[in-house]
Amino acid sequence: MQRFSGLSLIRRGLTGQRGWQPQWRQAEPKAAYDAIIVGGGGHGLGAAFYLAKEHGISRVAVLEKGWIGGGNTGRNTTIIRSNYLFDESAALYDHSVQLWESLSQVLNYNVMFSQRGVMMLAHTVHDVQVSQRHVHANRANGVDNEWLTPQEARTRCPLLKIDDIRYPVLGAAYQRRGGTARHDAVAWGFARAADALGVDIIENCEVLGIERDASGAACAVETTRGVIRAPRIGVSAAGHSSVIMRMAGVELPIESYPLQALVSEPVKSIFPCVVMSNTIHAYISQSDKGEMVIGAGTDAYTSYTQRGGLHISRHALEAICELFPMFRRLRMLRGWGGIVDVTPDRSPILAKTPVPGLYVNCGWGTGGFKATPGAAHLLAWTIAHDAPHPINAPFTIERFRDGNLIDEAAAAAVAH
Amino acid sequence: MLLISCPYCGERPELEFVHGGQAHIARPGDPSACSDQQWADYLYRRDNIKGVHAERWRHTHGCGRFFNALRDTTSDHFLATYKVGEPPPAQAQAQAQLRKATT
Amino acid sequence: MSQALRTPSGGRINRARTVRFTFDGRELTGFEGDTLASALLANDVHLVGRSFKYHRPRGVLTAGPEEPSALVAIRRDAARVTPNLRATEVELYEGLVAESQNRWPSLKLDVGAVSGLLSPFIPAGFYYKTFMWPRRAWQWLYEPKIRAAAGLGRAPEHPDPDSYSNRFAHCDVLIVGGGPAGLAAAHAAAESGARIILCEQQPQLGGSLLSETDPGAALGDGEWLSRTIQGLMNHPRVTVLTRTTAFGYFPHNLIGLEQRLTEHLAQPDPRQPRERQWQVRAKEVLLATGAIERPLVFPGNDRPGILLAGAARSYLNRYGVLAGRRAVLLTASDEAYRSALDLHRAGVTIAAIVDVRPQAAGELPEAARRAGLPLHTAATVVGTTGRLRVQGIRIQRLDAQGQPQGAAERIACDLVLMSGGHTPSVHLFSQSRGKLHWNEALQAFLPGQSPEKARCAGACRGIFSAEAARRDGESAGALAARDAGLAIGAIIREPPLLEAAGAAVPGELPQPAGRPAIKAFVDWQNDVTSRDLSLAAREGFRSIEHIKRYTTTGMATDQGKISNLNALGIVARQIGKAIPEVGLTTFRMPYTPVTFGSFAGYARGELFDPVRTTPIHDWAVHEGAVFEDVGLWKRARYFPRNGESMHAAVNRECQSVRTSCGLFDASTLGKIEVVGKDAVTFMNRLYINSWTSLAVGRCRYGILLRDDGFVYDDGIVARIAEDRFHVTTTTGGAARVLAMMEDYLQTEWRDLSVWLTSTTEQWAVIAVQGPGARHVLEGLVQDVDLSAAALPHMSVAPGRICGVPMRLFRVSFTGELGFEINVPADFGAAVWEAVYEAGRPHGITPYGTEAMHVLRAEKGYIIVGQDTDGTVTPDDAGLAWAAGTRKSDFVGKRALERPVMHGPERKQLVGLLTAEPHVVLEEGAQIVPDARVTPPTRPIGHVTSSYYSATLGRSIALALVRAGRERMGQTLYVPMPGGNLSVQVVSPVFYDPKGSRQNA
Repeated sequence: MQRFSGLSLIRRGLTGQRGWQPQWRQAEPKAAYDAIIVGGGGHGLGAAFYLAKEHGISRVAVLEKGWIGGGNTGRNTTIIRSNYLFDESAALYDHSVQLWESLSQVLNYNVMFSQRGVMMLAHTVHDVQVSQRHVHANRANGVDNEWLTPQEARTRCPLLKIDDIRYPVLGAAYQRRGGTARHDAVAWGFARAADALGVDIIENCEVLGIERDASGAACAVETTRGVIRAPRIGVSAAGHSSVIMRMAGVELPIESYPLQALVSEPVKSIFPCVVMSNTIHAYISQSDKGEMVIGAGTDAYTSYTQRGGLHISRHALEAICELFPMFRRLRMLRGWGGIVDVTPDRSPILAKTPVPGLYVNCGWGTGGFKATPGAAHLLAWTIAHDAPHPINAPFTIERFRDGNLIDEAAAAAVAH
Repeated sequence: MLLISCPYCGERPELEFVHGGQAHIARPGDPSACSDQQWADYLYRRDNIKGVHAERWRHTHGCGRFFNALRDTTSDHFLATYKVGEPPPAQAQAQAQLRKATT
Repeated sequence: MSQALRTPSGGRINRARTVRFTFDGRELTGFEGDTLASALLANDVHLVGRSFKYHRPRGVLTAGPEEPSALVAIRRDAARVTPNLRATEVELYEGLVAESQNRWPSLKLDVGAVSGLLSPFIPAGFYYKTFMWPRRAWQWLYEPKIRAAAGLGRAPEHPDPDSYSNRFAHCDVLIVGGGPAGLAAAHAAAESGARIILCEQQPQLGGSLLSETDPGAALGDGEWLSRTIQGLMNHPRVTVLTRTTAFGYFPHNLIGLEQRLTEHLAQPDPRQPRERQWQVRAKEVLLATGAIERPLVFPGNDRPGILLAGAARSYLNRYGVLAGRRAVLLTASDEAYRSALDLHRAGVTIAAIVDVRPQAAGELPEAARRAGLPLHTAATVVGTTGRLRVQGIRIQRLDAQGQPQGAAERIACDLVLMSGGHTPSVHLFSQSRGKLHWNEALQAFLPGQSPEKARCAGACRGIFSAEAARRDGESAGALAARDAGLAIGAIIREPPLLEAAGAAVPGELPQPAGRPAIKAFVDWQNDVTSRDLSLAAREGFRSIEHIKRYTTTGMATDQGKISNLNALGIVARQIGKAIPEVGLTTFRMPYTPVTFGSFAGYARGELFDPVRTTPIHDWAVHEGAVFEDVGLWKRARYFPRNGESMHAAVNRECQSVRTSCGLFDASTLGKIEVVGKDAVTFMNRLYINSWTSLAVGRCRYGILLRDDGFVYDDGIVARIAEDRFHVTTTTGGAARVLAMMEDYLQTEWRDLSVWLTSTTEQWAVIAVQGPGARHVLEGLVQDVDLSAAALPHMSVAPGRICGVPMRLFRVSFTGELGFEINVPADFGAAVWEAVYEAGRPHGITPYGTEAMHVLRAEKGYIIVGQDTDGTVTPDDAGLAWAAGTRKSDFVGKRALERPVMHGPERKQLVGLLTAEPHVVLEEGAQIVPDARVTPPTRPIGHVTSSYYSATLGRSIALALVRAGRERMGQTLYVPMPGGNLSVQVVSPVFYDPKGSRQNA
């Protein structure tokens, strides 16, 4: 792998930036691998990287239907945090944040992880109770999260309007280690590093079927580029998880919904952190380029169209303009949609499946980007050991049968 | 915002409706006879079809009635809406098959 | 002199009305009808902005909404500042203040331009390769520097005082674009009887015809344009919206329009909305969105003074402005010759026409030859000179293989016109999920079939000439009307006559091998050069989406309108594929940037969300209540007296209830009337309780689960008659409980004869609680015996109060003797005031939700959503007693049978008493079993409710604790930043555990 550094840029700058090699090869599929990852998003590419790097399994293929990072990896609002309520969730997401903290150096690819702080606003007495429960639970878990008064929130984010609005800000939970990263770079960085370790990244390769041997174990995938054999197959296909897993006869408790996001025209740096409001559905940060990056909600219905209704973006901007009335004059530059795979308890599935040799990483809903390195790392572990890591052990498919839900959505239940 | 044809009221904008998830999932008649897995399947397992699927809507801000719809989740276009208790229109499904085959 | 480049006559500006404006503080004048761009050019101002990355000097490139370079901020006052506006779209008004952006200290001398010197070292994607060492430096050094350099204009710093409006509309045919095709389509469709909305982004209708000196000549019908516009404006079925951009195509033919109402006015009425966003549901959509001219990619193609050929022609013919005095035309098509010919006629010296093609033999090139314009065919441009404005170009001849050869020739000029042909505007069509097809002759993607009810007409489907576009629009308009259901005669739509106009192959003009590193720009605003694209391709990026994201080409505020096809051409050539094989990036909404405020519309402040208030709200406001938001409701939280703190007020309110009498507005509680011969069966199936045994006139505490076994809602349920229940729900749960009931009733239990009616807003609910409650009511209530024997705890009776019909509940959420008076909402305020007056001798005290919470917590009553969180079973909450044991089924029963629902790990509701009685625990605080535990740890529970109890003279708390009921008497610990607090596990019922007070 060609080393990236400021010096390398200067050296090659003297010769017109020639001599850079492809960041990853255009690999042709081989007949067989030790492991196949279905899905070339950040999660899948990362799993391949960690398989090669940490488990010595480098005969790995990542199969991507389109172009790598083209699904939710490249369609999110890049928010990273780990201040989830339940112990299991906090451990999972904080595992990821810890990997984020050194990811640029590990990959030798600047993923621009910026720990600018994530502020989650509380607008009602019930919000305050729920937020403070998060703060206390996180602190017990060793995850940083702190409570801000409305004035402290405004000190951190001076543009925030805290009163004279329909739902005044009563406080905020603030995670300093949270922030944002450059989403595309995560996919490319993992791809480049995995490729350098021998992983084949195969784009434009759609999976059409999963073959099982006489014992019932998964043994090969049929693709638009032929049959590829492998004794271990990891599926990390986000919104298409149901479709892929059904090929192996595994039914999932998942539904796929459109999720929209948008950016403004770029403006000079003005916004110091990430601000989220679950109550009025606003998510906003400013990218390094200067665009205000805004998350909207999911549409009400399941869909694979990667687009949603105008009323969803309108609702998101109503909330943004309410909290930041100076942004009314900004303009939406670009809006887009992704497909998020949602489980009944809003927590992911990262586990072995009833089919031997088949592993699944899905159900991240609207929270998949932040989990990218963590989920990738744990999927690789689970594939390599044919057993889950203690961190992802609770995130099974069977928890829905047994009632061991990790219900992050429930805590947001409206009071009184 | 989708345009949804309520079988009782006609075409109305999506804002008048609440989506009710996958259709034709009947609550088991004798729940205690179900295994844990069967009960979990009833509660949680969803086909999540990429293509034509049957789903429930309720015209909450209209007649208040639940009804079912066939919608193609790859285009969000409705093929049919029909009343609770009616089977999904076979014809519409056939049309959808046909359309899929020709594209 | 001012307006040095203004022609003596001509154009569509109003020369009688001089308009004064400033640009970066310099006072200038233009005419009514000018855009800021045309007025700046008229004043010989060519340097307008600086580019994003290299801070290159930039001028006006286009004459329309595709402008990537001439971006300005318009400042009306401190709060009304709008950044990043395109000077080509800003209409001039008296006193307009425009400022350039992204430069310091001045536009001419911009320190940021130093980044241009560094450009060899900062190619596309450079930031992915560096700034990684040392690790922490990204956060405090690199990123802040990058951020300081990024961005274009400045965001406004004050709340926007302007307002925005919304409108919904329906029509038979929505026509997007008011050029020849759109106008003809509107005319034809309207004549067929269709209801039409025609939207046009420009202030005037006419489209490309506005840039003709004689539109009639272009159409072969001198009066057509004015006649058609006049006809449409006066047509009863036609709504014409100018200054209105169709920005997004949403599912099921919903189109978003942004109408700009006041931006062009010198002094807008502050009461008038600035913009209006339309959501138009059209039976048929007709896209006549035109085409955008494509620039040519060659070294140094970005200097001020280098314009699209068509733009220069627009400035001349529409605005009476010469973009320069000595011009060179660079072209690969005949069409662009019109610009050279028109400018020549207006007195501009045409120093050269450089045609990339081997021959130029069409009618227009011939006309140029006849006019004596120096024409170089088979030539390319290898460079330009000039710093703040172009001063010359260097051209080189092309050999038979199309390779540059021989010495470069320098041609002095102050204006370069370029044209690579036209790119049809298929943005909205593509947003409709319509498929695009590559057309080799036109070197363009053309629309195919849309899955929506949409069709295209005119230049956006490759029919470029005005006359052909007009005819195409006419037939398309009639077809749209037919498809919208209007009866019309036979229509013949001619297939598009695709003129092989000889557009340049998208990409870079031929350059000599081994040429020096001069930037040839593809994306003007983001400073993406052909070399950046080549680098991306060399680095293995193959998908056009990757290349876009890696280089940022097409991601600027013009969203690739002028850059995408050239980028595609360069990449295709580099990786040896045909353009359609490389593919297009997705067209995303909006077509042009749309103001946030227009999305938000009226939803601000009070109107952000509806406010629900109870009939007693005004009284509470008058009494100085402090309110809290609960869902949409405003609920009185406490009633401070004489500047009391919340704590003091709550203590006083609680003590009044315990010692005399309190008055509480419970009207927000959800209320559902369940009626029908199967009502009891329905209730039995739904709630965990048994309802068969509930006698008429009695109440029961009902618990509702989801079918996953977890507590969903609770409330008092009264049996009003054999076939009638009065069900109450939590305030927040009212709508979802009714929805759940309807769901089961309509889809699962269709055999049941039951009707459900929400009565939440029909009843006002006045709770009178406390030992004095009976005395307060005695004088007011008619037809009800209030004695404990006749109306015991948990019963209900019909009757009258103050002459008003009521349902009187003998219930208590406080643990005291209590009544809840339900009266029709219209009488709520009057009855409340009557009760209050009657209670004054008894010391009646209004109390709010906060006191209500304390009082119920003293009794160990849960609040669903606070003491439960969707993971709590009835047994966890200590409510297993409520379940009807003989029922074979109820919603949630099966799920409760799973082993884990009874496991030893379950968290159970308990009470907690702090060792220090005056310490009130924080709600949400965590609980650990051992004082020595330090983070990270996994707590065994958390505090759900915590208050100071004035009645008990100490703090109390409810908590969910793992195996909590087995821990009675144990000491546990609550870690806080200042250290652990020790707590004792106790019963959750702190007060009157025998319930003697409520039964009084």
